Amino acid sequence: MIYNIPFFTVIALIAIGMYAVIFKRNLVKIAIGISIIESGVNLFLITLGYREGGIAPIFTNLPPEITPSDIPEKMVMPVPQALTLTSIVIGVAVLALILAFIMRIYKEYGTLDAREVRRLRE
Amino acid sequence: MNWFITHSPALLILLPLLAAFLMPIIDKINKKARNIFAILIFIIVEILVIILAFDIIKNGMHVYAIGEKNPLQTIPGQAAVPIRIVLQIDAMGIFMGIISATVCLAASLYSLAYIEEGKGKGKFYTLLLLILVGMLGMEFTGDIFNLFVFYEILSIASAALIAYSRKGEASEGAFKFLVISSISALFILFSIALFYGQYDLLNIAALAKNMKYTHLDKIALALLVSAFAMKCGSVPMHFWCPDAYSVAPSSITATLVAGSQASLYALFRVCFTLYGVKLDLQLIGGALIIFGLLSMFVGVTMAIPQKDIKRLMAYHAISQTGYMLLGVGAGLYLLGKPEFDSYGIRAMEGGIFHIINHAMYKGLLFLTAGAIFYRLKTRNLNEMGGLAHRMKYTSIFFIIGALAIAGVPPFNGFASKLIIYESVYKISPILSIIAMLVSILTLASFVKVFHSAFMGPKIHDVEEVPKSMLIGMGVLTFVIIFFGLFPGFIVNNLVHPAATALAEQAKYLQAIGG
Amino acid sequence: MYEIVWQPIIWIISFVVIAIVAYIIRASGKADYKGGEQGKPFLSGNEAPKEEMHIRASNIYWGFLHSLKGYYNSMKKMHSGIINDYVSWFILITAIIFISLFLMEVIK
Repeated sequence: MIYNIPFFTVIALIAIGMYAVIFKRNLVKIAIGISIIESGVNLFLITLGYREGGIAPIFTNLPPEITPSDIPEKMVMPVPQALTLTSIVIGVAVLALILAFIMRIYKEYGTLDAREVRRLRE
Repeated sequence: MNWFITHSPALLILLPLLAAFLMPIIDKINKKARNIFAILIFIIVEILVIILAFDIIKNGMHVYAIGEKNPLQTIPGQAAVPIRIVLQIDAMGIFMGIISATVCLAASLYSLAYIEEGKGKGKFYTLLLLILVGMLGMEFTGDIFNLFVFYEILSIASAALIAYSRKGEASEGAFKFLVISSISALFILFSIALFYGQYDLLNIAALAKNMKYTHLDKIALALLVSAFAMKCGSVPMHFWCPDAYSVAPSSITATLVAGSQASLYALFRVCFTLYGVKLDLQLIGGALIIFGLLSMFVGVTMAIPQKDIKRLMAYHAISQTGYMLLGVGAGLYLLGKPEFDSYGIRAMEGGIFHIINHAMYKGLLFLTAGAIFYRLKTRNLNEMGGLAHRMKYTSIFFIIGALAIAGVPPFNGFASKLIIYESVYKISPILSIIAMLVSILTLASFVKVFHSAFMGPKIHDVEEVPKSMLIGMGVLTFVIIFFGLFPGFIVNNLVHPAATALAEQAKYLQAIGG
Repeated sequence: MYEIVWQPIIWIISFVVIAIVAYIIRASGKADYKGGEQGKPFLSGNEAPKEEMHIRASNIYWGFLHSLKGYYNSMKKMHSGIINDYVSWFILITAIIFISLFLMEVIK
């Protein structure tokens, strides 16, 4: 049961992030919501790779009780960690661009309320 | 020559990427060299895509394992599954590649004169090359996480270019585009994680072989269909589309249309190849048909009262996407049944042929709207009038584009619409009737635009637009007229292989050994 | 493979033939006709001055828009321009597809 707590955390993070994007009016809060959803999905990716009692997947400098013959079974999976790194970098780029757009919108419109920033409608 | 053809999948993605990184350096050296360098790269990519298309249609699918000593060996010696990123191009992928390369070439020729010098034109070309990389990567890849990475490259580069103008509304349109893109991308990543957790595989062909349709796969299917359908602009998730398309510079809007078609390709790849006949074909096919009908009708009825010329054309882009969803959705609905071979494959051909026709004539229409904006500095139809007296070439290109989108012979819109009308009639006559009604309303709204902008007495004193913009429009017009005059040739040689490649999952799986 | 029913060359040839016939009919009229009252634009029976001659875009198709006013009012209210509504439509459609996928399994 204790090994399922990360999955519940993932669901909670995604739910909180979607609440922030759908119900909050301030544009910066929407950007924070997107960042929270991204943290949730990254946590999901890392949790998938965990194996019980596993060590870090590095072949050199192993701890002394691991013999080289049973290496792959005792390690956590490395592929989701690579996927998560890619996703974190993409998230940084998206967040930087969204914040740049929010700064431009504030300079032009004078407000950050999503219900006021709607010159493009109907 | 043989070396080129074998390595061309990787070259096609690598070449614009390297050029995008070299572009800021060349920009500092000399402005004219930068212009020539950019146009040269786009022309080289177009020529390579056409050579590769000839080879694929003659010889079958191409695979390329990135990083292997022999790139055709997708499963390395001791492994049982493909473990490297594999680029897998079948006839459908290269079909979409032709669309992306042609539209980006026309947009780059157009931008030579449209974008003024002192406003970061070097960065504009860098981002345009990255958009081309994103689109070609999405269409050529055989690995689902790679699809996500190129999807994000495409959406970040497009969002940065939508906000190019210094006026305020451009940032609002770009903000909405980026929020929508990143939310859909995060849900796509969630589905990829679900696939990895169950099957420990990321390659599309290997996943399709091992796919058991469990409950988690159903959740992944719902998220993927919704996210890709939102990104291509199907009703009822289309609201970002007119906002983003109307404020972008016009060559970027033409490129955004091709980007939406890349997401449409990803939707079809997921439905036909990743799941195949294991999914609930009636439900998902029916959902795509309903999305198509709603998009067609809502798109064109919201286009008629618009006053902004580019917003009107963006609503038409939504409406034409409905035709594609209708055609290919009808094909998906009939996939396992015996009727598929008689009229299901024809419906898919109609939908797929409509993709290339739409990218060409919609791109042309956006470029003419950009030409009007370039001279008059306004997009409001109420302030225009009598432009045909001086801007003769622009009016001719607009007439050709408007007749093509309305489905008037002898342009290419008629050919693909005729195939769609004939084949979805047999599923239910209502679908065909709604499609024809939407076609009539499309013609009505373009008559409105033509009268408001080009007819009437001469009110404004304008000149014709510069030559490079006309050449960009001419590239797309050539394709429109060529496809309209020889539709049989194009359907037999380009569209039919693409439709069969999409429908036959077995050939796609066979290309990755084992 | 199979032939396409629509042959564009035949359409172009027939278009050219009809255009030649139309030109012959036009050329057999009077060559010295100058114009006059019959060629001017009229708005509701009055002769239109040059500034008001051109109908602007918002006034075209007003009859169509007026008759579909109920539909257009509800549509324009939906296209509000607020970003929160855009994302909630996405969540709604995803939920509908989820529920129908699971219902299909229960029904079968």
